[in-house]
Amino acid sequence: GSKIFINNEWHDAVSKKTFPTINPATGEVICQVAEGDKADVDKAVKAARAAFQLGSPWRRMDASHRGKLLNRLADLIERDRAYLAALETLDNGKPYSIAYLVDLDMVVKCLRYFAGWSDKFHGKTIPLDGDFFCYTRHEPVGVCGQIIPWNFPLLMQAWKLGPALATGNVVVMKVAEQTPLSALYVANLIKEAGFPPGVVNIIPGYGPTAGAAISAHMDVDKVAFTGSTEVGHLIKKAAAESNLKRVTLELGGKSPNIIMSDADMDWAVDQAHFALFFNQGQCCCAGSRTYVQEDIYNEFVERSVEKAKSRVVGNPFDFKTEQGPQVDEEQFKKILGYISTGKREGAKLLCGGNPAADRGYFVQPTVFGDVQDNMTIAREEIFGPVMQIMKFKTIEEIIERANNSKYGLAAAVFTKDIDKANYVSQALRAGTVWVNCYNVFGAQAPFGGYKASGNGRELGEYGLEAYLEVKNVTIKIPQKNS
Amino acid sequence: MKWCSPIFINNEWHDSVSGKKFEVFNPANEEKICEVAEGDKADIDKAVKAARKAFELGSPWRTMDASERGRLLNKLADLVERDRLTLATMEAIDGGKLFSTAYLMDLGACIKTIRYCAGWADKIHGRTVPMDGNFFTFTRHEPVGVCGQIIPWNFPLVMFIWKIAPALCCGNTVVVKPAEQTPLSALYMGSLIKEAGFPPGVVNIVPGFGPTAGAAISHHMDIDKVSFTGSTEVGKLIKEAAGKTNLKRVTLELGGKSPNIIFADADLDEAVEFAHVGLFYHQGQCCIAGSRIFVEEPIYDEFVRRSIERAKKYTLGDPLSPGVQQGPQIDKEQFQKILDLIESGKKEGAKLECGGGPWGNKGYFIQPTVFSNVTDDMRIAKEEIFGPVQQIMKFKTIDEVIKRANNTTYGLAAAVFTKDIDKALTFAAALQAGTVWVNCYSALSAQCPFGGFKMSGNGRELGEYGLQEYTEVKTVTIKIPQKNS
Repeated sequence: GSKIFINNEWHDAVSKKTFPTINPATGEVICQVAEGDKADVDKAVKAARAAFQLGSPWRRMDASHRGKLLNRLADLIERDRAYLAALETLDNGKPYSIAYLVDLDMVVKCLRYFAGWSDKFHGKTIPLDGDFFCYTRHEPVGVCGQIIPWNFPLLMQAWKLGPALATGNVVVMKVAEQTPLSALYVANLIKEAGFPPGVVNIIPGYGPTAGAAISAHMDVDKVAFTGSTEVGHLIKKAAAESNLKRVTLELGGKSPNIIMSDADMDWAVDQAHFALFFNQGQCCCAGSRTYVQEDIYNEFVERSVEKAKSRVVGNPFDFKTEQGPQVDEEQFKKILGYISTGKREGAKLLCGGNPAADRGYFVQPTVFGDVQDNMTIAREEIFGPVMQIMKFKTIEEIIERANNSKYGLAAAVFTKDIDKANYVSQALRAGTVWVNCYNVFGAQAPFGGYKASGNGRELGEYGLEAYLEVKNVTIKIPQKNS
Repeated sequence: MKWCSPIFINNEWHDSVSGKKFEVFNPANEEKICEVAEGDKADIDKAVKAARKAFELGSPWRTMDASERGRLLNKLADLVERDRLTLATMEAIDGGKLFSTAYLMDLGACIKTIRYCAGWADKIHGRTVPMDGNFFTFTRHEPVGVCGQIIPWNFPLVMFIWKIAPALCCGNTVVVKPAEQTPLSALYMGSLIKEAGFPPGVVNIVPGFGPTAGAAISHHMDIDKVSFTGSTEVGKLIKEAAGKTNLKRVTLELGGKSPNIIFADADLDEAVEFAHVGLFYHQGQCCIAGSRIFVEEPIYDEFVRRSIERAKKYTLGDPLSPGVQQGPQIDKEQFQKILDLIESGKKEGAKLECGGGPWGNKGYFIQPTVFSNVTDDMRIAKEEIFGPVQQIMKFKTIDEVIKRANNTTYGLAAAVFTKDIDKALTFAAALQAGTVWVNCYSALSAQCPFGGFKMSGNGRELGEYGLQEYTEVKTVTIKIPQKNS
């Protein structure tokens, strides 16, 4: 399936156009994929709307049965785990061992987590003044447009489908043009699992065409987007200008990772490295401002450089590889651009700084020291394997510097001291604060951004809210009794 | 059969400490099925030790991811699905339950309930709390600990699942005493629990009698909570024992004498059918049985006529045979008690419309029985019969029937049949019962809390509410240098 998935069937694009998807390890075309545009989005929305009609199989289904279907989908993904991991690596470039062990594991767990919520989100009965029986229904929002990114293709798909389907919505999903293949394979499994036609529709295509068609559509009730802050602005604007569809956004970040002098040094170096370099640096929550307290700064920098130098970059299908290629040429060039800006603005290049191979989009693990907060590499999201290490003196200073960003996705503090840990976690304006760890995720825990890092939360019980529309029903009764 | 089913402790099979055994019978023909190890206080002590150990800080069960508890429960549900036929057959032979009902309804409910509870395992949330002062305060929702669970004979496997599934999803360890009449399906579950991968000591199953093994549980100084489903009479003993010993937490699901109120504007066909099944299901052996049917005067005669007709259409016989619609009562004691109450009905002046006596010459079968012109002071209108005996009374006004419906120490369930929205909502508020059905009866599902008002019980099972009984809340308050909102 490298076509468009609507009503549990495969369609060519209305325009018949296709686009290539590339293997970033080699720069070669993997295959052609149908290119969805506004006309295909219109078809998909029609199908989704029909599946959402009052009285439809999906609307009448037991909530517990929705959970059963989600669990079945998780079973099928488990069955085809190796194949999906391979597709993910081929299309995205992430190391196969990580795609298999981490991405696919989290996908299955996410779907199972939300399967469990299907019949457990409750409305309320409410003691309203007067002779009334008052209750709320937590209804599905309706047709949900979901636009997902290329950095964790399958996982981002699961994060979107899980809560939307558990709560009874129908979906029109646009997958990233860089990485459409794994999500399209899952479409087959959605059909196999038994979801009624029209409940999930998946369209490969580009942002300015298919993505914009979704955010501007007059019959889409809600849009959920994960991607850059720049595009997030466009989507919220389009939602407002069209039909005031509900909007949730998971955007960029420039997350501060604060290492106090009493931290466990080995562990902090290890985690700070992981915080930045994981997934080729292509994480919205990457710890891309590593703040190290003065007393330990020199040693920390030295150890971090050593660790970066030993990071194994290579063929993502090789089990020894820790870092694969960046996802495409555009990202590759952008990262190299930031590196040269960093040098030009006076940051100290301590290792890396160049492409790592002649073919594909590989960048050497790069570390900059003596970075100042006003430098471009300290303020803008690089989305690559480029680490910035800064120095600080006091807690009050570092809280102010850490919060001095338009972003607010994540943050971390490494310290043994209970008071410091509690004070700093309180003070940081970020949707997730990690203490003595980094990049810890679970389907149970809400994730999302303060400020320009996003609107709303995904995962956890909180993740259900964006997919529910609350209806208050108030019935006159002869006499109210408590 | 020479086979003897042993006791399940620490994922192993044990004889009883005393060496004693007891017999289990097939109520359809009064024949012995097999022997079962008879657990007593010494066996309960062993089981509690095992459960306590499995609950220690740092144990595999305590350190397990909550989501993994959910995964194990889902695996258990898979195994029950796999062995559905075996389990349904056991319920039929041991419990006198119609095989088709056991297979479709009992086993269906078991699987759905396990899966429902599996989904809650990693969704049990404490809170962070904005306390006054410079403090960081949060609550942990911890498992209560070692839970003693005493289950009845009317829905052996379903009741077993209603008890262990919420307990396990919250992280507790359990010591289960199945009913002496029907221990077999619970013991079979022991082997599935082990196969699913639950660590040893998490679930322990000790068959035995109430006054010995059951009392040992309710009196035990190292059991943190007891959960009992059975008669109100025994429920009182259990709560007393808990109070006398270590103040263990108590939840009780007891008896009922549930009112089913039929208005003249109801859909009569539906009302008759629901009222019939609401009483006669599983030979009338349901705590929720609609055993006081109040029919509005204008339709009373027609309702009685149709109810008799419906009750007469019955084939009694061996629960394993297809085409049989009613099986035996569970044992001789129940059999006698029901016949005794039927006699009281006749003596006290109720009108016997059909049935009224035993059926067949083997097994504990009683004819489907209907009494009309029942008045509220008769024994059959006040006491729980737990048999295929339907009482139909007449009423005039709303206020009258609300008073009469609530005039009982029970309060498990109730129903009203009416098309009128105002009447429906009035009764929803007025009836003192844990579950009120409108235009239906016996509609139960794992998502809904279930339990009794008044002497029908303490606490609720299933739904999100059911988790509270298996959770102990700990408040943790940490001093911090400066609190900010």
